[in-house]
Order: sequence, then structure tokens, then C-alpha cells
Amino acid sequence: MTAPEPQASVALRVDGAAVEVPAGATILDACRAAGRDIPTLCFLETLHPVNACRVCVVELEGSRVLVPACSRAAAPGMQVRTDTPRVRHSRKMVLEFLASSVDLSTAPRVAEWLDAYGCRPERYGPAAPAAAAGERDALTAGHHAAPAQGARATVHQPVKVDNDLYVRDYGKCILCYKCVEACGPDHQNTFAIAVAGRGFDARISTERAVPLPDSACVYCGNCIAVCPTGALMFKSERDLRDAGAWDESRQHVTDTICPYCGVGCTLELRVQDNAVVRVTSPLDHSISHGNLCIKGRFGWRFVENRRRGGD
Amino acid sequence: MDLRLSDAQPTAEERSAVDAVLGAPASAWDGGERVAARDGHVAFGGGAARARRHLLLPALNALQAAAGWISEGGLMYVCARLTVPPADAWGVATFYGLLAADPRPRRMLHVCDDIACRTRGALAVVEALEREAGPAEGHGGGSGGGHGEGASGRRSGARGGWMRSPCLGLCDQAPAALLTEAGERPQERLIGGLTPTDAVAAVTGTVTPDRPRPKLPQQGDPALRLLARVGVVDPASLAAYEGAGGYRALAAAVRMGPEAVIREIAASRLVGRGGAAFPAGRKWEAVAGQRARPHYVICNADESEPGSFKDRVLLEGDPFALVEAMTIAGLVVGAETGFVYLRGEYPLAAERLGNAIAQARAAGRLGPDAAGPDRAFDIEIRRGAGAYVCGEETAVFNSIEGLRGEPRNKPPFPVEAGLFRRPTLINNVETLANVPRIVLEGGEAFARTGTGDSTGTKLFCVSGAVAQPGVYEVPFGTTLAALLALAGAPARGLRAVLLGGAAGMFVRGDETDFPLTFEGARAAGVTLGAGVVMAFDERTDLTDVLLRIAAFFRDESCGQCVPCRVGTVRQEEALHRLAAGRPLGSAATELALLEEIGTAMKDASICGLGQTAAFAVESAIKHLGLFAGGAR
Repeated sequence: MTAPEPQASVALRVDGAAVEVPAGATILDACRAAGRDIPTLCFLETLHPVNACRVCVVELEGSRVLVPACSRAAAPGMQVRTDTPRVRHSRKMVLEFLASSVDLSTAPRVAEWLDAYGCRPERYGPAAPAAAAGERDALTAGHHAAPAQGARATVHQPVKVDNDLYVRDYGKCILCYKCVEACGPDHQNTFAIAVAGRGFDARISTERAVPLPDSACVYCGNCIAVCPTGALMFKSERDLRDAGAWDESRQHVTDTICPYCGVGCTLELRVQDNAVVRVTSPLDHSISHGNLCIKGRFGWRFVENRRRGGD
Repeated sequence: MDLRLSDAQPTAEERSAVDAVLGAPASAWDGGERVAARDGHVAFGGGAARARRHLLLPALNALQAAAGWISEGGLMYVCARLTVPPADAWGVATFYGLLAADPRPRRMLHVCDDIACRTRGALAVVEALEREAGPAEGHGGGSGGGHGEGASGRRSGARGGWMRSPCLGLCDQAPAALLTEAGERPQERLIGGLTPTDAVAAVTGTVTPDRPRPKLPQQGDPALRLLARVGVVDPASLAAYEGAGGYRALAAAVRMGPEAVIREIAASRLVGRGGAAFPAGRKWEAVAGQRARPHYVICNADESEPGSFKDRVLLEGDPFALVEAMTIAGLVVGAETGFVYLRGEYPLAAERLGNAIAQARAAGRLGPDAAGPDRAFDIEIRRGAGAYVCGEETAVFNSIEGLRGEPRNKPPFPVEAGLFRRPTLINNVETLANVPRIVLEGGEAFARTGTGDSTGTKLFCVSGAVAQPGVYEVPFGTTLAALLALAGAPARGLRAVLLGGAAGMFVRGDETDFPLTFEGARAAGVTLGAGVVMAFDERTDLTDVLLRIAAFFRDESCGQCVPCRVGTVRQEEALHRLAAGRPLGSAATELALLEEIGTAMKDASICGLGQTAAFAVESAIKHLGLFAGGAR
């Protein structure tokens, strides 16, 4: 087999329309270039695609199975279909599977997709009781307990609050691997978390499920920034939500530069009632790619201490 | 890498078990004693240590064998030795069923309650153990035992523990169990013909039931090719192998050269025997032609399909043949390193193959001149640790590399980017076992056996309701009915046959008159898979079999992709509702739901596990009419 000739661009067809994308682009890039809105959950521009959620699947002529648009490289002459009955069915089922097992209430756009694909998560029966704290962390690979009669299994469980900066609500985790990639080789190289367990019992975990303060976590919060469902959330945001006080209509975002070091990361401060509630950084920044460190992400409390100036 | 390790220390036993795999640590930087003069002002490790990541699973297996579980101190020591973050290593350790994350008794009986065994008395064994040896360890089982009750719920005085296991590849001797005993000299044994009394004695005492492997049903039949030496030639002796025609094929291959061997394999029209039936000649040629180096050869011996045990029989009975075949493969595709990825549940196969490799090495048949002058080749065994999905070829790569055994997306295909992202030839044991004969007699002669599209002979693992279960070698084209007759299937009352294992399909007992070929199976709307043929008579509770298959896939899904991770759960739940006669809506609604779930798993799953997880369920509903009258 010889290496393909280097090509400046790749010509393919998406739903019959001719599209040209740069060499190295994915089918997803081609679909977007063709104006198709493909749902994605585990995909993020700044991370290696793990193509695990399968909500972006499309039909590729000549392929026995559907292919993940987010990771499959566009190749010359490909015929891609984004809205066939097969595609719609798999997307509907993936979204239904997730909605029937995970709390998606804080996942942006998911409600819209559930509606668009006609999902009925309730048809799998009533949700089984939530797991006790730590219960899912103890599950081992191998035989599982028989399903609770008539109830559908879920990953519902109590939220993990073990530090003052962010919470981990794994009842909202769709196992997209993004936080693991951000903590690990793609961004932070801290490797405080990984996927543990197997199958439906798989979960994001520290070693032996120790609390974050006992783990390698450096509180950069880059995992929060990539989480697509709100499973990882600023404690400041979570507290407001729990109190019923989270109100996006009263929020605005202010861009500024992190004051701590010479890198000068861009900060986006989300502010409600004149208090910072969440800090992000733009993904498309060529230096930081949306990443921050603990100082930029969480070291803003002094801003709110203005009244203590006279102390 | 800046590792954050806890202060937990390994026991002396754990430390020496890990050092036996990794060698002694060189400095405090990789887990050794701190010597200030040596370690104080320089750092060792980094890339060199991380390059040994592929030894993670062997090291975890060593911990498990020494202590019976992966203790915190043991895990930290392995992490320090290999520069692997503890969370990462924890993710790997919790992926495998044979690695215990919590303390377990040192002596453990893993009792198979999978399809073949449960039709032959496994459930009676489980009941006896529950009654007399206390509840199962760990995660509970189909009977609904919860986790956490293991250690505390065990009867006082009980020496060991037990747990349920998926298929152990001993279906010809069902019911079966794997006995493991951790310690300085760890013991492991696959036991067939297990009685409830045996099982209780093995758990509560120190008895190790031992039954010799049964004779091959066709032993001595001159028509045998792949099985010709099994049970006849001493599997522990290189001299005996050579005396029985061994290593003639390698000599011929060296004379012919790689291109000629590829031509013969292509002419033989040999296709892969692991289930996917991919033309072997095309694979070999593709790997040989890749410019990237090095190339690798892997023998996929992770036989874990419920009902399959042919690879075990070959490995236990004719291990030198695999060594020779892999050496030919190394010569042909330009690889100097071969791996056998062997499922963790096959201790005798590991022992016999390990012995064969050692003898071949001592005789110079592996090593610097193994495949001819200056053509080096050597083989390493890598043992799995209880994960069906690791038989998927790209999961094999990840498992060997020390990662979680999650399948990769294809493309890239293994021939381009396989083990360590290098061109890799990966073939099943039985596929490789055909190679020496093709080299010796030529591809065309080989292709004269069998049919046009299915050449040669095929090993079938016949189990269940037959008089003589076992591995049978027949030419492709033999009908299923003839094969069943060979194994002594009941002339009447044969209700159903499961072809291809859990990932396969059911046919009715009166539908067996079709030829066992890839094309014949296709025409009959079934799959041969790796050659599992499981017979069920009128006494079999097929609903129970189906529930077990659904539970198996739910257990064995790696969890990576949503269609399989959740689809296998929803499939199992729907089947339980149907079986209990309490459907949501009507039975028809549930059957339609099952079809929707199955379609999504087939279309959108990453790998073959998810893509086939609904096959048996769908065929049972369509071919056998299960749940046709509502629940049953």
C-alpha cells in the first residue's frame, strides 16, 4: 500500500451536495461546511475525538455500519447522508438511551435534540432508585445483579462535593471521556481521573475513588470547561442552582485578562448580581485553547472583597 | 510525569511478585530504596519508564496472583515502577473480571454459569455453594446477591470464596470452574465435570478436584488435519513435535521466501477463523507491504465466545504448531516480535505454550535465527484477565499496551496501525494452525477440501444436548445435521441450535439440513462465527438461555459507546419484563422495542460486540418464536 498523494483539499458529497474541505478534515467538518447541523456530545474542537457517544453518526456509502462524523476523515468521493431513517433511528436511540439513564437537565441543546428526534425515554419504564453514595464506585467487572423488575437502570447517584471549588454530579455523566482527556494527555497532563469499571458500571473515577483532595487534581477546572452536561460544575454555580437562584436572564459575560502571570489568558467572567459565578476561557485562543489554571479559574474571590478595602 | 502516589506500601510478597515481572527497581525514582548519593541530584524514569507501560497488565496479574487482589500498596508500587498515574492504573485494573479491586479470599472458585454449563448442572453447583459455602463474592450474580456481602457473609471456617463466571471454554466438560489460589506459588486450574460436592469441597476445604481432559471424539481419525497431533503427540516435547512432521513447514517457507508463501496462502483462499472470515492472504500481503517498522505478529488466543473452546484444545494439545505457524508469519510479514494474547482463564494452555516457547528458544527455533539465518523472531505470551471484549482485535492491542481493553475505531485498520500503532498481523489460533499445511501442500491442494468459498476444514465446538460434546474437525460443506449426528445429537427432540455462540444465532432443530460454509450460513440467514454449535433439547429453558445471553453482553460491554453500554442494559430489561409476563404496554410493544434497540446497537456501536449483541435475541424471537404468545 502506498501513501496517498498529498492533497490540498478533499471533494465529497453530503446529502448529494458537493463539498470541498481541506485535507485532514473530518466528515463533521464537511457536514458543517454543507450547512448541516450534526448533534455532538463527546466531540470538542480542542480534544482528540473519542467517538464514543455515537450521536453524530452518519451513513457512508459502502460502509456496513454507520460512521461517526466527528472522527472519520473525509476522503475523496465519499457519499455521506446525514438524515436518512437509519441515521435518525440511531440518533434517536442514543439520545433516548442517555436520557433514560442520565440526568440531562443541565446539558445544553439536548432537550432540543430529544424533541427533534422524537425521543421517549419514559418508554423504558420508571427509573430505578438512585444508587447510594459510593455504591457505583464499588461495582466490579463481571456478573451484575439481575435488573430490578419493571424499572430502568440509571446512573443516578448523590452529587460528590469534596472541595470548595467544584462539584462532580455523576448522575449527569454521559461518559464522554472529555474530562479524562482534558485532565490527561490532551491538556493538563495531571491524570487525576480515568474511566474505571466496565460497561454500564463504567464511571469517571480517581484511584480507588478517593476524594479529589487526596487525588492528583490541581483544580485547573479544565474538566469543567469541557463537560457537555453540567456534571462537572463550579460550586458557586451549583449552590445558586440548588437555591433556585440561578437566573441566566440576570447574567452577563465580561471578557478580561487574567492578572496573575505573564501568559495573559483571556478570562470570560460570567456574572450574576454583580458576583462572578463561573469563569471560562475561549476555546479558539491559539495559546490556551480554553484552558486555565487554578488561579485564573477560581482565584477571583478578591474581586468581590472590594468592600473590605478599608479593613 | 509528576506522579501523586499515596503512602501505601506493597507487602514483601507483592513487591517480589511485581519485581519478578519488571526486574528490580533501579533507583528510588522507580520504586526502589532511596540512596541519596545515587538518587539525590538526578532523576531517572520519564520516557524510558513510560515505554514499559505495556507491562502494566502483566504486573497487575502478578499482584492478583500473589495477594488475591489489587491492594492500594501494590497498585502504588506498580505505578511507581512504570510511571503510570494511579487513576489510570485503577481504570485498567477495574476493567478486568479476574482482577479484584477489594480483598477476596486467596482461594477462589470461579463457577461458570454460562449457556452450556447451565444446561448441564451449573445452577445446581451454584445452589449448593450458596447453601453450604455462603454467598458469592463481589458483585453478586444473576440470583440478585448484592455487593459488599461477600466477605462478611461467608461462613466462618470457610477457607475460600466463590463467584460466578462467564464461559470458561470448557463446555465439552460442563459444568466447569476455574480454581485460583493466590500466594507465593499461585495455583490455577480449570476443572471440568464439576459436581456440587466437588465445588463445596474446593471452596470450604483444600481439595482441588482434578479430572483429566477427555479424549478428542475423533482422536486417531486419519482424516484429521488441524487436530491430527492432539492427544497423539506429546504436547510437551519439541522432539516429539519434530518427529511428527513439525517444523518442516518453516523450513519450506524459508526456502520459498515470503512472496511465495503469500501466493500460496492467497491461493488457499483461507479466511480468518475468529468469526470475521477475512481473507488471510490479503491481510498477510497488506502487512508485509507496509513501509512503517517494526511489524508485529499477534495470535489472538482470547477465545471467550460462550461455547467456544477449539483454540484451547489446539493450545493445550499442539502448542508447537502455533509457535511454528507464528514464526512463518513473522518471516513472511517481516516481524521479529510475536505476541500470543491468551485469555486469562486458560492456565494449562499458558503452561503448555510457555513450555513450547521455552523449548523452541533453547533449540534456536526462536531467537536471532529463528526464521532463517539472521531472521530473528521471538514470541511472548500476554495473558488477559477476564474480558470478553478483549478478543476484539483492536482491544487486543489496547490490552497489550497496558490500556483499558476498549476497542478502537476503524479505520485505521490493524494492517496499517495496530499494536503500538505499527503494522500488525493479527490472526486467530485456528487460522494460524492452517498455515503450515498450506505451506507444505500448496494453496491449491488446500483449497480442494471444502467448497468454493469456504476452503479447508473447520473446527466446530459442539456442546449442550449431545452425547459426545467436543471439538470436531470436518470439511467445510458438512451439513449441520451431519455434524450433530457425529456428536450424537438426539434424533428427536432437538429443539434449537445456537450457531456462533452468544454473538451468533439460533436455528430450529428441524432447520439443520444446510451446509456449514460461510455461503451456506449466509443463505440460511445465520453466522458460523468462530464455530460454536450448541444443541438444546426439549428440556432446555430457552428463555433462561436468552436471559443469560443478554446478561452476558451487559456484563461484557466495555462501556465506551452509548449504543452498546446502554443498549445491552435496555435489551436485558425488556427480556426480563417479557419473561416475567409483565410487559410495559403489550408483548408486541416490547418486541418492537427490542428490535429498535437491536438495530441501533448493530448500526451505531463501535465494535463487533455491540454490533452482534442482539443477534441471538432477534433470532430466538424470529426463528424459535420465543415470546410469540406473549410471555412464556
